[in-house]
Amino acid sequence: MTPGIDTPGIDYEEIEKSSRFVELKKRHRSFVFPLAIGFLVWYLAYVLLADYAHDFMAARVWGNITIGLILGLLQFVSTFAITMAYVSYANRRIDPLAVELRAELENHEGAKP
Amino acid sequence: MSALTTIAGANFAADSLSAVPGAAISATAASTTVGNPLLNISIFAGFVAVTLVIVVRASRNNSTAADYYAAGRSFTGPQNGTAIAGDYLSAASFLGICGAIAINGYDGFLYSIGFLVAWLVALLLVAELTRNTGKFTMADVLSFRLKQRPVRLAAATTTLAVCFFYLLAQMAGAGGLVSLLLGINDRLGQSLVISVVGAIMIVYVLVGGMKGTTWVQIVKAGLLIAGALIMTVWVLALHGFNLSTLLGAAAARGGEGVLSPGMQYGLTGISRLDFVSLALALVLGTAGLPHVLMRFYTVPTAKEARRSVVWAIWLIGVFYLFTLVLGYGAGALIGAERIKAAPGGVNSAAPLLAFELGGPVLLGLISAVAFATILAVVAGLTITAAASFSHDVYASVLKKGKADPAAEVRVARITVVVIGVLSIAGGIGVQGQNIAFLVALAFAVAASANLPTILYSLYWKRFSTRGALWSMYGGLGSSIILIAFSPVVSGSPTAMIPGVDFHLFPLNNPGLVSIPLGFLLGWLGTVSSQTLENPAIAAEMEVRSLTGYGAEKAADH
Repeated sequence: MTPGIDTPGIDYEEIEKSSRFVELKKRHRSFVFPLAIGFLVWYLAYVLLADYAHDFMAARVWGNITIGLILGLLQFVSTFAITMAYVSYANRRIDPLAVELRAELENHEGAKP
Repeated sequence: MSALTTIAGANFAADSLSAVPGAAISATAASTTVGNPLLNISIFAGFVAVTLVIVVRASRNNSTAADYYAAGRSFTGPQNGTAIAGDYLSAASFLGICGAIAINGYDGFLYSIGFLVAWLVALLLVAELTRNTGKFTMADVLSFRLKQRPVRLAAATTTLAVCFFYLLAQMAGAGGLVSLLLGINDRLGQSLVISVVGAIMIVYVLVGGMKGTTWVQIVKAGLLIAGALIMTVWVLALHGFNLSTLLGAAAARGGEGVLSPGMQYGLTGISRLDFVSLALALVLGTAGLPHVLMRFYTVPTAKEARRSVVWAIWLIGVFYLFTLVLGYGAGALIGAERIKAAPGGVNSAAPLLAFELGGPVLLGLISAVAFATILAVVAGLTITAAASFSHDVYASVLKKGKADPAAEVRVARITVVVIGVLSIAGGIGVQGQNIAFLVALAFAVAASANLPTILYSLYWKRFSTRGALWSMYGGLGSSIILIAFSPVVSGSPTAMIPGVDFHLFPLNNPGLVSIPLGFLLGWLGTVSSQTLENPAIAAEMEVRSLTGYGAEKAADH
């Protein structure tokens, strides 16, 4: 769809200021931004450790399992955990509000053909 | 190490590291092969036959632009997620990472972590909002609220650049793969194979469009993951299902060094810095790869786009865990010396391991999967490039948005053939060359030219046309210039142009400089803009991106 021409009856600036849209935006950003910064910092910390702290990473914890291997596998674990946390949050807190707002916009469209 | 190192180079920046001092590239392949070439070819031919049938069947409803570019938006999240994994898990992921772990131990493992974590950027920040605001291409999102023509042209330029660098690397990689698996070592034979691969790819994309391409990727992902699973269980069984025992066996053969980082990048201060640069390009590049972004349009809703990424993350993550076992398994069972001495060098670790475990049949299966990988990836790249040219350049810039949709699809099909022929010619031209720089370039451009503009346009209301243009052209230009003056191109033993030295930039990967530069230019261009963009359209984009209102629906059939 080309922006701005197929939805004449909708005042997007008005909607953007509406309390529910502000709430939707807040719910989305207040979750994804801290999480995105968090995983990037954790990843970069890991990269720098692997790059510059070889002895620390080479220390054995159990058998031939080193701290480096555990931290590497924890990167996998955190990635999976963040994925599931986001899905659960989006299903509970984001989707219902987004669906509600979308339905209203679609009704609005029907009212003013 | 010989031609197969280029395969690893072929797909992901994993290989921009094979250009790190000490790792060799290029050269023509050695003279022996493992296994039975005829068996390898037969299994591969079987894959092509099966996928061609699927492609022809899938193509029956390909009539509109939405069908051709976005598969009618009819795929489910899990299907699309599997296709994303098929697109992403390349020969580099499989052969390259297994080999890197077998030879360099822990340092090989580092690649896979970057490749996986990168998907969180796509999941959290990019996938859903992109799905809600775009139609077919990355440029749809970027030009939504900015000046259509200049922004589209810039986005199409970076898209085509990424696709072309990537494609060329894949095609050249195919030549290296055959020398190992099929025993074809002469230049003519390899050129012929590159042409055949290119021709099959053109047929897939021409006939099947996005739907056919997606099915090829789904089938390939299934085969690749199943093959890796079988080998992983096998290797673990040989070591009593104890990871520590496996690691011990690998260390006994390859030395204690394989268990800790540093064997590959720990050599000098520069190589350490190079790794930081690569790590940055990996984690930020994935969500800016145009062929990844385009996959989000093949599902009906943003929610399905989210589900696709979730599936992709699980499949890709599990696969990389397999490669950890396979890499150490190859190190323990075959040993670094034998791997390096084999034709294909580092990249032969996985095929050699397959041969060691299951004889010629398992080797044939694994080889066919590696080949299928190249086909699936080139098909995905080609359709992305064709969509970008016909939808952004032809329909929006040349025809000013007044192109007939049927004509647009016709242009896309012609573009597929042109791109196919160009990449065959280019692939033959760069055979045996150091192509790792192409992959480094593709990732660096995606991270420094595409990602800043994507994030700014989705999250920063003030972002302006000038900011977008500065960021895209600046990111593209700086990546290309830094690579041109890097040791990858000249001044190192493995350089693309041997014998001359005009390198000025010490790192192989430009990301450390070009990515911050891309973000900085986007900010600078915006704050220095005199003209404000239309706030009504900015509001529309924001409302649509979060609510999904007005998003392109699934096509009815």
